[in-house]
Amino acid sequence: MGDFFGQFGELLAKYDVLHAFWVNIELTFWAGLISLILGTLVCLMRISPVSSMRLAATWFVNIFRDTPLTIIMVVLVLGVWTQLKIQFSNDLATNFFWLAVAGLGLYHASFVAEAIRSGVNTVPVGQAEAARAIGLSFLPAARMIILPQAFRGAVAPLGNTLIALIKNTTVAAAAGVATETSSLMKTMIEFNSSMVFAIFGTFAIGFVVIVVPVGLATTALSRKLAVPR
Amino acid sequence: MSAPVHTILFDAPGPKALRRIALFNAAGTVAGLALIGVVAWIFAIRGQFAPGKWLTLVQWDSWAYYFLPGLASTLEAAALAVIGSVVFGLVFGVGRLSQQRWIRWPSSIIVEFFRAVPVLLMMVFVYLYLGYGGFDQITDKGFAAVVVGLVLYNGSVVAELVRSGVHSLPRGQAEAAAATGLTRLQSLIHIEVPQALLAMLPALVAQLVVVLKDSALGYMVGYQELLSGAKRLGTTSGQGNTIQTLLAATILFLAINYGLSRLADYLGRRLRGRGARFTVAEAEELPPSVSTVLELAVTDAAAEPPSTDPAYYTRDPYPEPPESEPRDPVREMWVLPRRETEDDPDV
Repeated sequence: MGDFFGQFGELLAKYDVLHAFWVNIELTFWAGLISLILGTLVCLMRISPVSSMRLAATWFVNIFRDTPLTIIMVVLVLGVWTQLKIQFSNDLATNFFWLAVAGLGLYHASFVAEAIRSGVNTVPVGQAEAARAIGLSFLPAARMIILPQAFRGAVAPLGNTLIALIKNTTVAAAAGVATETSSLMKTMIEFNSSMVFAIFGTFAIGFVVIVVPVGLATTALSRKLAVPR
Repeated sequence: MSAPVHTILFDAPGPKALRRIALFNAAGTVAGLALIGVVAWIFAIRGQFAPGKWLTLVQWDSWAYYFLPGLASTLEAAALAVIGSVVFGLVFGVGRLSQQRWIRWPSSIIVEFFRAVPVLLMMVFVYLYLGYGGFDQITDKGFAAVVVGLVLYNGSVVAELVRSGVHSLPRGQAEAAAATGLTRLQSLIHIEVPQALLAMLPALVAQLVVVLKDSALGYMVGYQELLSGAKRLGTTSGQGNTIQTLLAATILFLAINYGLSRLADYLGRRLRGRGARFTVAEAEELPPSVSTVLELAVTDAAAEPPSTDPAYYTRDPYPEPPESEPRDPVREMWVLPRRETEDDPDV
């Protein structure tokens, strides 16, 4: 038994598991930022009075929400990068990282847009009517009245999207990001197949440790921020 | 809230607003066309409009050897995963509702664990474990990995659906089951879970979309599904047209998922607001029972023509019963009712 722990300790010293998780957190941060901005814009377009923008936003959400993330990643690497020769950086690793961020951002922007739209649906009609009554047009009303309340009502679905994003950053392996957790786990098991359960357990518990507190925090936050009605 | 908010976020536009909306529409159309133009331009300068690159998509061989077998594999894995997920979800969903701590806690830990671990991690683990663990009798390890990964994750989601579905039932259901002498487990299996299943049907169909999308992760563990097939076609056709073949695969995925989303919406609309009650149409297919008879009676009453008497609409639909003496159950049980006849000496 001591032998096992000795071997496992050696393994952890040899492979930088923490760095792999850090790559996933970096991916989460940048993709989360992009999808939050893009998703808010798409949601705004979806509730705007301009019909062409509503149409475009609806198409964006329907297409990116229903396309498998793996396909988006493969299209970005084999299509956009290899075939169309669009690249973010001459350094391969950096290029793959930002391609993955772009794919994760686009995919989750559709979920963010839907989450905020569900938040908009929690805002009572009277708020929008009052905003119109004091002479606010669509954009000022959305910026000052609707969206602030919508975000507070959308904390729970946004939290779910964030959790999905954290877990989906492992799919970055399909875009060639070789330093993140699923790739590292694969390498570690391939070279130490006798410790397959211990290695999977380490990575799985790592994700539990990240995801469960995020879930608890967003649930608590959504209760705290919910506008009492 | 009844009306969707986006219809009340702005007034019915007047002439000035209409002009502005037309302006924005024009600008939006120009921006959209510009975006399409830029994409087309990039495609053009990279030679992506070469006819050979697109003709692959309409050749019968592409479909016979790549798209259709891939699609079949995707659907096969998804179908098996859905069945497994429902079984997993029912077992652990009921387990989480158990009154026995030694059943409830392990069920909760398993469900929460598999909900938190990325599906890809589970698939890679199962794939490599089967590869190194001496499971030579399993020929398609990628398929096994995809199905197991999907079942563990989506089964946990279904378990949560079962739990929330049971919690959303009226309490009277469990109470009535207990009153007829059913144990908690019998009550769950015979009374509560069947009703919860009906209530969660739309969510279950919506989860199908997730299963189908996640089945594309099979690409990462060497399962020959739709994405792998499309990619192989793109790299082996000699045209270097992966982007075109992946586009075709994407459209296939979108079409199936769109159909499933519509089905979930339809089921959601049909089942909305229904707890344990039946619609009249369904009640007529069932043998008459007290509940269906009552349901039909209520429906008939509701079908009466509207009254023209204004007082009918302002009346209290559920008047309080008239005040009476508080009843004394002990007295009612032991004291004979007073005989209210003329020969009663007390009167």
